[in-house]
Amino acid sequence: MIAELGLALLWMAAALACLSLVAGALFLRGGPKDLASLVRPASVAQGVLTAAAFGLLIALFVRSDMSVELVARNSHSLKPMLFKVAGAWGNHEGSMLLWLTILGLSGALVALFERRLREDTLVATLAAQAALSLGFFAFLLFSSNPFNRLPIAPPDGQGLNPLLQDPGLAFHPPTLYIGYVGLSVAFSFAVGALVTREIGPAFARAMRPWVLGSWIFLTLGITAGSYWAYYELGWGGWWFWDPVENVSLVPWLAGAALLHSVAVTATRNALRAWTVMLAVIGFSMSMVGTFIVRSGLLTSVHSFAVDPERGTFLLVLMAIYIGGALALFALRAGTVAEGKKFALLSREGSLVINNLLLTTILALVLLGTLYPIVAEAMGEKISVGPPYYNKVAGPLALILCLVMVAGPLLAWRRDDGKRLWSRLPPAVLAGALVLFGLVLFGGSVRILPLLGMTVAAVVAVASLAPLWGRNLRRTPLPTWGMVIAHFGVAVALAGMAAESAFIKERLVAAAPGETVKVDDFAVTFVGVRPIAGPNYTAIEGRLVATTGSGASFTLRPEARTFPGLMGGPPTETNEAALLTRPGGQLYAVLGQPVTSPDGTAERYQLRLWWKPLVWWIWLGGALIAIGAALSMLGRAQLLAMWRTHRSKKAQERFAP
Amino acid sequence: MKPKHQRLVLALLALAGIAGAGILGASALRDEAAYFRTPAEVTAGKAETGEAMRLGGMVAAGSIARQADGVTIRFVATDGKASVPVEFTGIVPDLFAENSGMVADGRMRADGVFVADRILAKHDERYMPPQMGEMPKNMKLVPEE
Amino acid sequence: MRNRWILFVPLAIMALLFGAFVYRLVTPAETLIQSQWINKPMPLFDLPPATAGVEGLKSSQLADGRPRLVNVFASWCIPCRAEAAQLEALKRAGVPIDGIAIRDRPEDVAAFLNEFGNPFDRIGSDQQSSVQIALGSSGVPETFLIDGKGIIREQIQGVILAGDVPRIIAKLEAMK
Repeated sequence: MIAELGLALLWMAAALACLSLVAGALFLRGGPKDLASLVRPASVAQGVLTAAAFGLLIALFVRSDMSVELVARNSHSLKPMLFKVAGAWGNHEGSMLLWLTILGLSGALVALFERRLREDTLVATLAAQAALSLGFFAFLLFSSNPFNRLPIAPPDGQGLNPLLQDPGLAFHPPTLYIGYVGLSVAFSFAVGALVTREIGPAFARAMRPWVLGSWIFLTLGITAGSYWAYYELGWGGWWFWDPVENVSLVPWLAGAALLHSVAVTATRNALRAWTVMLAVIGFSMSMVGTFIVRSGLLTSVHSFAVDPERGTFLLVLMAIYIGGALALFALRAGTVAEGKKFALLSREGSLVINNLLLTTILALVLLGTLYPIVAEAMGEKISVGPPYYNKVAGPLALILCLVMVAGPLLAWRRDDGKRLWSRLPPAVLAGALVLFGLVLFGGSVRILPLLGMTVAAVVAVASLAPLWGRNLRRTPLPTWGMVIAHFGVAVALAGMAAESAFIKERLVAAAPGETVKVDDFAVTFVGVRPIAGPNYTAIEGRLVATTGSGASFTLRPEARTFPGLMGGPPTETNEAALLTRPGGQLYAVLGQPVTSPDGTAERYQLRLWWKPLVWWIWLGGALIAIGAALSMLGRAQLLAMWRTHRSKKAQERFAP
Repeated sequence: MKPKHQRLVLALLALAGIAGAGILGASALRDEAAYFRTPAEVTAGKAETGEAMRLGGMVAAGSIARQADGVTIRFVATDGKASVPVEFTGIVPDLFAENSGMVADGRMRADGVFVADRILAKHDERYMPPQMGEMPKNMKLVPEE
Repeated sequence: MRNRWILFVPLAIMALLFGAFVYRLVTPAETLIQSQWINKPMPLFDLPPATAGVEGLKSSQLADGRPRLVNVFASWCIPCRAEAAQLEALKRAGVPIDGIAIRDRPEDVAAFLNEFGNPFDRIGSDQQSSVQIALGSSGVPETFLIDGKGIIREQIQGVILAGDVPRIIAKLEAMK
C-alpha cells in the first residue's frame, strides 16, 4: 500500500504544480485577481505532498520491502539502518525524487515567507518554480517511477556498492542537492522579475538569502566531498578535477559570483541585468552538471550506464528551461533601466572584477570538462586532467584573492587610491614576511604555491581590516560573515599551497619491524592482523609513528574485502589511517601483501604521506560556510520578522 | 574620469579579460589535454614518447607481475587487437584486477613501456552494454514457479 | 537600444553547448570492442567440464558441420540470468549451443543450470578467463555465432534480447 500511496501523492503534487503554473499564467495575462490567491497555497501543498512521498520511499527502504523494484535493486535486508535510509537517494529514481522534494519545499518556503516582493512578481516566481517542478514530475512519473512494483518479490535485495557504504557519502548527495536546487529559487526569482520587469533592490533582497543558503550547502557539500575523496579513495589527494567534482564546482563558482553581484543590486541598485543573468546561469549549471554526469554523457569513474531515453528526456527539459530563461533574458534585459553609476575604484568596481574573474574561471573549468565531448565530435578522444586546471584556475584564483584584499576596504560608489593605500600596510607587511621567510628558509618552492602562501597571508590580515576600529558588538552580522568567509578563503588557500609545496611521500614494501622515515616521523610497521567488520573482512596494519620530540602514535590502516554480491567477485577497498597534528596530517595506506622470491618473509606495501597544513583546506571551507551562514542570518526575512515581532512586543510592554 | 569613460574602461577591461582567458584556456588545452589511446593505437605508432596520454584497455589475464621492490608492478594492457606493457609504481586501486578494465594516465617510455602515474579501474561486475537500457523493465529477478 | 545583440550571446552559447550534448547522445561513446576473431577460426582450447554431469568443451568439437552458438557466461553474472529464456528459445528452435563458464565454481554452475535451465550441449570451465581473453571478449554474457567449419561469424556482446532470436536463427540457417 505504501508504494501506491506514494505514487498517488506524486500525481497529486504534479497536479498542484500544474494548477500553480496555469493559475499564475492566467493571472499575469490579466485574468481574475482570485487566481493569484490560489498560487501560494498550491505551492505549499505541492511541497508538502512531494516531501511526504519522499518520506514514504524512505519508509519502504527502512522496511526492506523487496516487492518494490527500487528497493530490491538497491537495498538488502542485512544492511545497516543508516545505509538503508541512504539507499533511498543513492540511486537514479530516488535522487530524482529528492531533487523534486527540495524543489517543492523551496517553492513552499517562498510562498510562506516572502512578503517583500510585489504580488505579481511573487506569483510569476512561484509559477516559474512550479514549471520547473512540473518537468521533473513528468520525468519521474513517465520514465523513472521510484514506486514501481515487481510482479514477484525476490527473497532479498541486491545491496549497494560497498565503496558507497560510507556515512559521509550517505549525506553528501543530499547536501549538494539542497545547494543545487536552492539555486532554482534564484532562477525562478529572476524569471519572475523578468516577466513583470520588477528588477531592483526588492527583487535582489528577496533572492539574497536563497543564494546565500544554497551556496552554504554547496560549500559544505564540496568541502565534505573533497574530504571524502581524500580519506576514502586512498590516493592522498583532496581534489582530482574529475568531471563529477567539476560539475559541483561550476554552480559553486556561479553562486559565489551571484552572491557578490546580488549584494551590489540590493545595496546600490546597479548591475541589474548581470545579476539576473547570473541567477539564470547558476541553476542552469546545476542542472547541466547533475544530468550530464548522471546521463553518462561524460565518462568519469563515478558515472552510471548510459540510458539514451532518459538522457534525451532530461536534455529536452533542460533545453526548454535554460533556453526559455535565456531567451526571456535576451528579450527583456534590454528594457531594464540602467542601474546606478559607479566609479571603477569603488566597492562596486571591485565586485565587478570579482564577478568577471569568477565567471572566467567558471567558463574555463566548464571548457575543460566539456572539451572532451567537442573533441570527440572531431574524432579525437581526449582527456583533460589536473595540469590544465591548475594552469588556468591557479593564477586567476590568486588574482581574485588580491581583488578580495581591496574590495571590502573600498567605499561604495567611489573611493580614492590614497585612502585604500593607507589601509593596506599591515597586510602587505604580512605578505612580505611570508614571502621572504619562504624564499630564505623554505628551500625550493614552485612559483604557484609560493605565491599562494604569500597571497594567503595578505588576505588573512586584510580580511580582518573591516573590523579594525569598530565596536565588535555593534558590527552587523553580515559584516562578520564577510570577514569570516574571506578569512576562510585565506586559510584554505594557505592549506592548499603549503600541502602542494611541502608534501613528503614514501612508498615502500615493508616487513614487520621495519621503520620508515617520513619528514619528521619515524614510522615503524609493527605488523598486520585479520579483523572482521559487520559485512566485510579486513587486514589491519599497525603502524607506530614517532615524532622528532619522542611522542608516539598508533595508526591502523585497513585493506577491506567485501564479499561479492549474489556470488559475484569480491570488492576490495583501502581505508586510510590519518594522524592529525597541529602542523598537518600523516596519511597511511596499507596496500597488498608482497611475498619475497624465496617465499620466506612477507612484506606489505605501505604508502605514507606527510601533508603539512592539509586540514586547513577543510577548515577554510567550514569557515567560508559559517561566514555565509552569518551573513544569511543577518539578511533573512525570518529573522527580520522575528526582530520586528520582538520590538513590537517590547513596545507593547513599555506602552502605558 | 566621467562616468561614461568609466563604463568604457570597464567594458574594455572585461573584453581584455575575456580575450585573455580565451587565449589562456586555448593554449592550456593545447599543451595539457591528454589523448585517450587504445593499445592498438599505441602499437600503430600514434602515441609519441613522453607525451602525456591516457591508455585504456583490459588487464590481460596472468600478466600482472610484481617487481622486487614490492611496489612496482608490470602488466599488459590489451584491447583484443594489440597489447602494451605497462609499468606502475604505487598501490593499485581497489577495483584493479586481471581481466577487468582499467584506464591509466602516464606516458610512453622510449623502450615501448607505458609508465603510468595513476591507474583507474573500472568494474565489470555490472557489465551492461548500451542495448541493455531496456533491461530493468522486463527483467525477472526470480524465475516464475 | 545599443548592444541589444550582446544579450543573445548567452543563448547562443547555450545552443552550441546543447548541440554538442545532442551529438554525444546520438553517437554514444564507443564502448564495445569488436573481436579481431571475426571470420577467423576459433582459437584452440580444451576446457574441462564446468560441473558434474556435463561434457567439457574442445575447440575441435566446434567444426562438426553444424552452425552453432558459443555462449560465454557465469553463474555470478546477473544479466546472464535474464538471457536464459532466449537461449532456451534458441535451443527449442534446434540451435546447438555450447557454453563457456567464466571463473566459476562447479556447485554454482550446477545451481545456475538447475534454476535457469540448461540449453547447453557442452560447458567448458574457463577458470583463468584465458579463453575469454583469447576471444577478445570483454565481459559476460557474450555469444559467438560459429559456422560449420568452426569459423567465428559474429560476436554478440551483452544479453541476447528476445527480439534478436529470429535473426540469429535465420543467420545460422543461412550458414548451413
